[in-house]
Amino acid sequence: MDHISVQTENFSQADCYSLLHNPANTEAKYGAVVTFTGIVRDFSKTKSLKALELEQYPAMTKLAMQNLVSTAKVKFDIGYVVLIHRVGYLAANEQIVFVGVSSIHRKAAFDAAQFLMDRLKNDVPLWKKEIDINGNEQWVEAKDSDIKAGEKWSTD
Amino acid sequence: MIKVLFFAQIKDVLGVSELVINADNIKTVSDIADEIAKDYPKWELVSNTQPCLCAVNQTLTDFSNPVKSGDEVAFFPPVTGG
Repeated sequence: MDHISVQTENFSQADCYSLLHNPANTEAKYGAVVTFTGIVRDFSKTKSLKALELEQYPAMTKLAMQNLVSTAKVKFDIGYVVLIHRVGYLAANEQIVFVGVSSIHRKAAFDAAQFLMDRLKNDVPLWKKEIDINGNEQWVEAKDSDIKAGEKWSTD
Repeated sequence: MIKVLFFAQIKDVLGVSELVINADNIKTVSDIADEIAKDYPKWELVSNTQPCLCAVNQTLTDFSNPVKSGDEVAFFPPVTGG
């Protein structure tokens, strides 16, 4: 089944996977599950990082994620989607984001997972602040490469 | 009245996260930006140093979008989730 969540608490990949593929659900005729998990890096280009602080626009974040999933379901021949993003204080090496997609054949699930991640980085109101090992804080600037990756889907 | 929200760097630069402004003479998001600039000189810093995105009633849009009393308008920098 689908599951979309913005949350402070960690998530279990096993729980996410069981939403995408449940052997007892004989209604679901899917032959592929693709998942991606994002991890908080302990380094940036210039320094060692202790954590990230994720800010969100609470009234809009989940709505934007739901819209992305709806768009993905129109664009690709896919089954279930699980999309989870964590907010708040996240220490280095913690899980931050999960995208999972089921489909009949693998290509649609790979493409939809890529689409969801690329567009999430452009359309969902979340902002990262880096906290380095000395406790200094700095907002992360949006990367041109992420903006271009998101834009390429709108011209396909 | 129009509820105005600020996030991330923009919130930090202005030193405020939320405002309520009178909807008289406000027709678009751009008009709201002009009103903010009058009360917050640092708004110029926000609009000059980085792209500023906006949402009306939780939907991404642009500064020409019409607004009316009761709307919620948010200003924020390009997003960096994922």
